[in-house]
Amino acid sequence: MLENVLIYGLINGMVLALLAIGFALTFGISGIANFAHGALYILTGYTVWVFLHTLGTPYLLAIFLAMAITALIGAAIYNVILLRIRGMRSSEIIATFALALAILEAFRFFGFVGAKYTLPTFVEGSVSVAGVIVDYQRLILIGVGAGLVGLLWFFTHYTKTGLAFRAIAQVERTALTLGIDSDRMATLSLAFGAALAALAAIVLLPLGQITVETGLNVLLNALAICILGGLGSVTGIVAASLLLGYAQIITVTYIAPHWLMVVTLVAIFVVLLVKPSGLFGKQKELEERV
Amino acid sequence: MKEVPLLQVVNISKQFGGVRAVDGVSFELCQGEILGIVGPNGSGKTTLVNLLTGFIKPASGKVFYKGRDITALAAHEIAGLGIARTFQMVRPFYHLPAFKNLIVPLYSPRVKRLSGGKFGDRDAVAIDLLEEVGFERDSFVPYKPASALPHGYLKRLELARCLALRPALLILDELFSGLSMAEVASTLPVLEKLQIEGITLIMVEHRLRELFRLANRVIVLNFGAKLAEGTPQEIINNEEVKEAYLGSEAV
Amino acid sequence: MVSRRRERLERGIKVRTDDVYALCSTKEMLYLVAPRLIPILVLLLLPLILPTYWQKVVIFTGVFALLSISWDFLYSFTGLVSLGQALFFGVGAYLAGSLNHYFDISPGLTIPISTIAGATLCTLFLLPALRLRGIYFAMITLVLPLIFLRIIEATAILGGTDGLTALAPLPGIWIELYLILGIMLVALFALRRLVNSDFGLVLRGIHDNDQAVKGAGINIYWYKAQALFIAALLGSFAGAYLTHVYMFVGLSAFALDFTVVPIAATVVGGMGTLGGSVLGAFILVPLSEVLRAFGPLRIVFYALLIVVFIILKPEGLFNYLQRKYREFERWVEV
Repeated sequence: MLENVLIYGLINGMVLALLAIGFALTFGISGIANFAHGALYILTGYTVWVFLHTLGTPYLLAIFLAMAITALIGAAIYNVILLRIRGMRSSEIIATFALALAILEAFRFFGFVGAKYTLPTFVEGSVSVAGVIVDYQRLILIGVGAGLVGLLWFFTHYTKTGLAFRAIAQVERTALTLGIDSDRMATLSLAFGAALAALAAIVLLPLGQITVETGLNVLLNALAICILGGLGSVTGIVAASLLLGYAQIITVTYIAPHWLMVVTLVAIFVVLLVKPSGLFGKQKELEERV
Repeated sequence: MKEVPLLQVVNISKQFGGVRAVDGVSFELCQGEILGIVGPNGSGKTTLVNLLTGFIKPASGKVFYKGRDITALAAHEIAGLGIARTFQMVRPFYHLPAFKNLIVPLYSPRVKRLSGGKFGDRDAVAIDLLEEVGFERDSFVPYKPASALPHGYLKRLELARCLALRPALLILDELFSGLSMAEVASTLPVLEKLQIEGITLIMVEHRLRELFRLANRVIVLNFGAKLAEGTPQEIINNEEVKEAYLGSEAV
Repeated sequence: MVSRRRERLERGIKVRTDDVYALCSTKEMLYLVAPRLIPILVLLLLPLILPTYWQKVVIFTGVFALLSISWDFLYSFTGLVSLGQALFFGVGAYLAGSLNHYFDISPGLTIPISTIAGATLCTLFLLPALRLRGIYFAMITLVLPLIFLRIIEATAILGGTDGLTALAPLPGIWIELYLILGIMLVALFALRRLVNSDFGLVLRGIHDNDQAVKGAGINIYWYKAQALFIAALLGSFAGAYLTHVYMFVGLSAFALDFTVVPIAATVVGGMGTLGGSVLGAFILVPLSEVLRAFGPLRIVFYALLIVVFIILKPEGLFNYLQRKYREFERWVEV
């Protein structure tokens, strides 16, 4: 039982980190809370499914195509919608939230509901770790999650685009005077965020069924992690993911699966009330929130 | 026996990240005084104002007002005690006409208490206050939306918004910045009149000439710490102050 | 060569002052009164000629109009983005439902009790969140109804997933109809008056620049809490009322519809006018009845409408119509 909790807690933490990292990246760079994050996640799932089952594309190609499409949609969200309402936080929230509902409910309308909507795992089979059976897909997701976190940290600290991102995130106006195109960076940030949502979907969705309802849960989980960890810090996201990941697994194991979402929601609620800058947040965020 | 000072600041400090914005500043302020606070850019003047008025909580140190510890009070409670402040960046309620901007402070519990539980005709009081700070009474100016007013008027609107609170201590954060010589000249008598009425003033300023004309006492801040304190004449002659302002080579 | 341009002028009346009119003729009086009186009369007379099915639609529309007014009041006048109108609605609905189900109290009492108690509860729940701004307040409001939903689901209290059934109905369709329409009109005009009072000025001040309001010695949290209470009153009433109309309360009381439709109605109708919310609700809800056959596509339609209006016509219909009504255009030679 205990080994189970330990291993699946780690896996669940990585799942949460994967879900949250795209949302956090977009928000950290452009200050846009992309409430369509969960919808983009589901969108990728269905796109891959359509490529695989309707068009008969090879799995690997389908994955890349779906990621590219989602990234393009992310960029389009900025250029078509958000560009016109940039800076009006409330309008940004309302517009992206509405867009999320439009995407999700459209899938429901066109009949994307049912048990057949699943993606194949990358590698079949499982392995026994300390007496606990873990399938390969979950091992892969741990690898992808850890790799992604490392890559992202490297990207934002050592590459030109990454540094420009950080500059924009800190002082937008000064960055403008230094010749950094804020609109281009915001477009990129949404495209990256969307691509990360897509990547998460591709790694995670083979573990279960693609459902419309997952969209909102993904958004909530991403919000929960970002709030817990404090927006804009990679370390915070990883720590919060592990924390919440274990908390959820403990709830499921020792209390009841019903309470899983309650734990997440209550965590958001309590952290926002007690320490609005997040458990690992810094001064800047605090001032924005309070 | 020594009289209790109106405001007493004891060893107040605040850091932002690694920067010591205000570092162990102490001073006292007597009833009816005009205290000037000067210092180069980034020397912590505005942070000090924010600390005194409760908009930021200090990391250490205490603030006493009439002998009472007000360090832990919320910003609106401090304002309710009669410490009003202007903001360096004018941000009026843009959608409202100028005189309606004063309705908000006139609606505060402090004003209600001072006028004996009744608000009276707030619009008329607002127009009177605006005239006091130099809005032409019989023109359209007080009725224009704040978004249509030029900067000079907005600064004075800011002052009027503080006066509406009937403050005992008024903290002016760079009131003169961005004003023309003529506008400064017309505002000076307003401040002198306030002093005669018994309102104590703290003025954070960059315009030293006007400040030294008004102030009884001046504090110089540099890198968040108090560099010098004294009468305007003493400050002008202080070598350290010259150095901080002009750099050592210029001396 | 003579070129022409179109000139837009505002009609002279009601331009110079807000509340002093020179009413010289019945024409001018009509000009002022008609835009208020005619919609009210239409609203009150329409149910008399509608078939029963559409009477139900009017009831439903009224409920959403109330929620929309509540949302607009919070958003436009205090700057709080609520993504949880379903919270107000659901709390009111469940209170009324349980009072009737467990204590057998009649609707005449449950509705007022749950309106006030529900608003108090919602305000208490959100009270700690009031110091949060922008997206953080929005997140809390989005999360709270879901917490309640999951708790009810997980613990099976208050009827669990089945809900509470066979509740007492209101006496007759006419009472149902005119109760909601009456309350809606009263709420609309009372709030329009309130936001222009000095209390409303303080709220708008908080929206514009909360630092200055704090500096004026006013406790902004107290004012935000009052605004929240008022908004929650409308939402809880809507919930309690609809519970008795349906004679049922279930998990659907916390559904996303009660959040999305009010936002859509307000965005389409025009934010910051309150009247726009009602206009929006009376366009969108009947329209969605017409589109009922399309099922989930309705939400898609709503959502896209929000996006389109927010980027292309942010002022909304009400402001647009108001502007057109007050202006006249003519061609002049230059």
